[in-house]
Amino acid sequence: MSFVSDTRADSAVPQPPSSKLVKSTLAAVLRIFLPVLLALVVGGLILFAMGKNPLDYYGYVLNRGLFSWGGFQATLTRMVPLLLMAAGLIVAFRAGIWNLGGDGQFLLAAVITAALAPALIQVMPRSLMIICCIVVSVAVSALWALLPALLKARYGINEIITSLMMSFLGISFANVLVKLVFRDPTTTVPQTPDLPVADRLPRLFDTTVHAGILIALVVIVLVHIMMTRTSFGLKLQIVGANPRAAVHAGLNVAWLTIATFALSAGLIGLAGSIEILGVWGTVRADWNPAYGLVVVPLVFLARFHGIGTIGFTLFFAILMIGGESASRRIGVPQHYVLVLVALLLLFLALVEYLDQLWRKRVKD
Amino acid sequence: MAQETVSARAAGASSGRVPAIAVTGITKRYPGVVANDDVSLAFHAGEIHVLLGENGAGKSTLIAMLAGMQQPDSGEILLAGRPMRLTSPRVSLDHGIGTVFQHVLLVPSLTVIENLMLGGPWWQRLNKAPALARFAELSGLLGVSIDPDAQIGRLSLGQQQQVEIMRALWRGEQVLILDEPTSMLTPQGVRDLGEVLKRLRDKGVAIVLITHKMQEAYEFGDRISVLRLGRLVGSIEPGRRATMSQHDVTEEVIHLMFGARDKTGGEVDVLLGQHRRRADRNIANQSPRLIVRHLSTVAERGECPIRDVSFELRPGEILGIAGVDGNGQKHLAEVLAGQRPAAEGEIVIGDRNVTVGGVEARRELGLRYITDERLGEGTVGIFSVATNLVLKEIGRPPLWRNGLTLWDKVNQQARDQIRTYDIRTPSERTPIAKLSGGNIQKALLARELTETASIAIFNKPTYGLDLHNIRLARERIRDGAEKGLATIVISTELDELLELSDRIGVMFQGRLAGIVDNAGQAERQIGLLMTGAAQG
Amino acid sequence: MDVLLTQSFLTSLIFGAVTAGIPLLLAGLGEQISEKAGVLNIGIEGMMLFGAYCGFVAAYYTGSFWLGYLFGGLGGMVVAALVALLCIRLGLNQIVIGIALTIGFEGLTALLHYVQFSRTYPRLSPVPTLAIPGLSDIPVLGQALFNHNALVYLAVLLTFFLAWLFRNSFIGLNLESAGNKPAALDAAGVSVLATRSAAVLATGFLAGIGGAYMANVGAGLFVPFMTNGAGFIGIVLAMLARGRPVWVLLGAALFGISLAMTTALQVAGINIPTDVVQMLPFAMVMLVLVIFARHSVLPPALGLPYVRGER
Repeated sequence: MSFVSDTRADSAVPQPPSSKLVKSTLAAVLRIFLPVLLALVVGGLILFAMGKNPLDYYGYVLNRGLFSWGGFQATLTRMVPLLLMAAGLIVAFRAGIWNLGGDGQFLLAAVITAALAPALIQVMPRSLMIICCIVVSVAVSALWALLPALLKARYGINEIITSLMMSFLGISFANVLVKLVFRDPTTTVPQTPDLPVADRLPRLFDTTVHAGILIALVVIVLVHIMMTRTSFGLKLQIVGANPRAAVHAGLNVAWLTIATFALSAGLIGLAGSIEILGVWGTVRADWNPAYGLVVVPLVFLARFHGIGTIGFTLFFAILMIGGESASRRIGVPQHYVLVLVALLLLFLALVEYLDQLWRKRVKD
Repeated sequence: MAQETVSARAAGASSGRVPAIAVTGITKRYPGVVANDDVSLAFHAGEIHVLLGENGAGKSTLIAMLAGMQQPDSGEILLAGRPMRLTSPRVSLDHGIGTVFQHVLLVPSLTVIENLMLGGPWWQRLNKAPALARFAELSGLLGVSIDPDAQIGRLSLGQQQQVEIMRALWRGEQVLILDEPTSMLTPQGVRDLGEVLKRLRDKGVAIVLITHKMQEAYEFGDRISVLRLGRLVGSIEPGRRATMSQHDVTEEVIHLMFGARDKTGGEVDVLLGQHRRRADRNIANQSPRLIVRHLSTVAERGECPIRDVSFELRPGEILGIAGVDGNGQKHLAEVLAGQRPAAEGEIVIGDRNVTVGGVEARRELGLRYITDERLGEGTVGIFSVATNLVLKEIGRPPLWRNGLTLWDKVNQQARDQIRTYDIRTPSERTPIAKLSGGNIQKALLARELTETASIAIFNKPTYGLDLHNIRLARERIRDGAEKGLATIVISTELDELLELSDRIGVMFQGRLAGIVDNAGQAERQIGLLMTGAAQG
Repeated sequence: MDVLLTQSFLTSLIFGAVTAGIPLLLAGLGEQISEKAGVLNIGIEGMMLFGAYCGFVAAYYTGSFWLGYLFGGLGGMVVAALVALLCIRLGLNQIVIGIALTIGFEGLTALLHYVQFSRTYPRLSPVPTLAIPGLSDIPVLGQALFNHNALVYLAVLLTFFLAWLFRNSFIGLNLESAGNKPAALDAAGVSVLATRSAAVLATGFLAGIGGAYMANVGAGLFVPFMTNGAGFIGIVLAMLARGRPVWVLLGAALFGISLAMTTALQVAGINIPTDVVQMLPFAMVMLVLVIFARHSVLPPALGLPYVRGER
């Protein structure tokens, strides 16, 4: 599952403190920061080739994404859906399941929430409405993933293709729902009825950041604990690392596959639901932030480590928010961020490869 | 090379003393081991040269270099006296050096002739006519008949091996290398292979035969060389070989292989395939621990299911299961372990019918399965030794509480087991794939043979182990039975079964062709049952 | 509903289906070559997109559609070369690298387009077509099927050529072995890495041409992110076709029709969201999978890097 075969030896068992700790920590830090540095340098060369000053751009991005108060709040807000989707992907990837259907699962949950919330708020208090919306949306997303899960569990049909197809289906279906079923008759552009700002997720203190960030942080920590410290997490990892060993050990691989898919899609659905409850309050036709694929590299960069994912998500959110401002001010399209993430992933894979090669040499 | 006729070379072989291929001072290092240490050997045309040595002696590395799969760190390979660098499999093949590897290297979805043509000039269209002519030529040379349009996956292992030999000879018949070619054959198949090899030898092919079995070395070898720990420790020249009795050859080989090591231990017996049978014990009056009635399974592509298998197993009894690989042994082990559903029939442990229960239910009743695929399914290679030692206990107290893993206890228990069972590992946190085969097997035995075990199923328990670990594993199996464990040993090594078993059942095409008492004429009867020639 | 049955409507529908289906066909055929050789080429979306960009730029500056296809193919091969280097040479994870390349080239093509054209979207002149004498005179179908750019006919011929190649050439034999039992290919003296690299480069070439066709013929212009999942549909087609090129052709026709239907319905003024029609092919494929679900037949070595001496 990982870039090179044996990087997950340490994931099942926490590493012990040892005399080599300093050295190994240094190596770990280097393994993460060297790729970051390389990506920034090569990305900078691309900027330079475009006739822009890389330092200006990076400085501006940092300024707007991290060091300005408004920008930082936007960054935190953007982290919420990314973190929750990452949590969903960690569960799936650690169990060896390629759930690439994130976009469909995300959008369906978003639409269900956007449809339910304005209706429910008429008949119940806000807190209850939020809980209802989340529960129903998560359930819908999990159900949407049931078909690929069953096909994988029962017939071993590759889930990459089925989850991708269900994603395309889900995106179209979500649009159909917006345009035909849940459409707000008072608007010209098709969209669901708006949830008033006062009825959305509460803001934290005086900021523009909504309470979803707390949920996301708690969820990702819980997922991390589940994967590393519980029997369920260990079982998932065994299925992921060696499905035949899982059968040999008497694990119910079919059930675990279905549970993994449901959990993964449910968490991604949670992301969609909270994004609507916290930020948008409505879904417009053809709205699709398409976080599904871009979160995949983040999860890999963090090597499926829940806590590590927080760091990479923050990094990516800063790039996104800063990049969006920079596209207006400096004239570098925000798509540059995609190039940077891809470069980061490539260099991480390369550095890891070279590292293993080097370690082999040393042993030799 | 190919146009040179076989007979011309045969004539050359008798007169000239230049070896067809030779290695001089070859050294090859891998991380942590010196696989070949300054080895010099010559292989002559018209001669079967047996390389003998236990697992890890460096035989396979030597072949890999002759086949162009690996390059030596130092030393030279001489082809008909001229130094030659075999930089890729293609170079070796083009010089008429063909290799039959230990595991079948044919594409199962292609036909015989397509497999043989593999490696032809890629820009060309498949032209079967010349290939079929060559096929007929080689069929005559080997004295076999196979349908060239049959899909490889549908051939028996023996036939597949014949195709492999053809492929090895396809581009020239200078040198034929065979790596442990008898491991998947019936006794009859081994005899047939011997005929083919002698035929080829008489036509002037230089044959290199790798084996770890003394008996084969004696039967096939014109020249015998012994490797130990990567070094050539001695050879028996053909001239001398001709004057020696089997006893002399055996004595000398034992001396070479064991050196100063204790020769009275079980390892010599293992090498010679000598078996001291277990003493007869009275177990007939015990009630059966495991009863299997009319058991059948359903097969997927490329598997052999079992059909209508019935037997009983008593505490303290060892039931051997013989048969050529791929005759349903795997399904039998898996269906008994609960990894595979039974299509028909029933399985009873004690007085409990467990036919529908899975691995966990049977494990609770004391059934243990020690798989032959130690890394394939027995362990998760990238996980630690500690995790692998508890692989079948996940979620249960005392190592888990409310679903939470108590890693400290898991690791503590692992350290205890590593000490008790002498598992050689840097630490309990080392990924288990980094351990040697013998130590992985020890870890599996530690995991499975706990105090609550009452039935143990061993699938090829000594496969791929060195003599020392083979002896340890067999002792462990015997000790278990002495303590009352009802034991099934599945093996393709007949010697092993004859040494350990009270009774031996033979699998043929998914059926239990018969069960014979391990006494007197057992070996002959089993040989017949293995080929489906007789019904027990 | 009468408008649905008029000749011109049907002609434009089928014509549109061919135009929409050809990129999918080329991507699907390309992916099939990779999969046969045991490489799961998730980066094909990136190959198509870079092919679309390179093809458009070449056609824009030279005015030649053929140079457009050529540079589109070469662009796809550039991305494929990265896959060959990272996944086949170095053995890195094919899915992760594939996703990274897709994302990276989505971003890169958007950047390049912006640098060159800022926020304008220049158009190409209409593509020259080759009417096949005789056949193009058939009512309804003639203009729909036999009056296309020559590449369309080449792509269809390629389908049958590949079907022949897979069965009757050493190339087919080598590809099959690389995906089914790479060690056997290696033992036969053929480099597994070279075979797989060549397969991936061929994939890149075809996917790149598909992208170029999409930009230069289908749209007449380049828009960032314009492939919009076409590469992934190609993967789906290749996997469902189980190694048979003709099935890719059928699948591409199915998807092509539904894509063309969305525009045709709008033209006809029928008030169904296009999304409903877009769902159809995916829904059908899922339905087929559920009804005829069997164990998927994919090469056993798919997605696994080959290292000599490891099994």
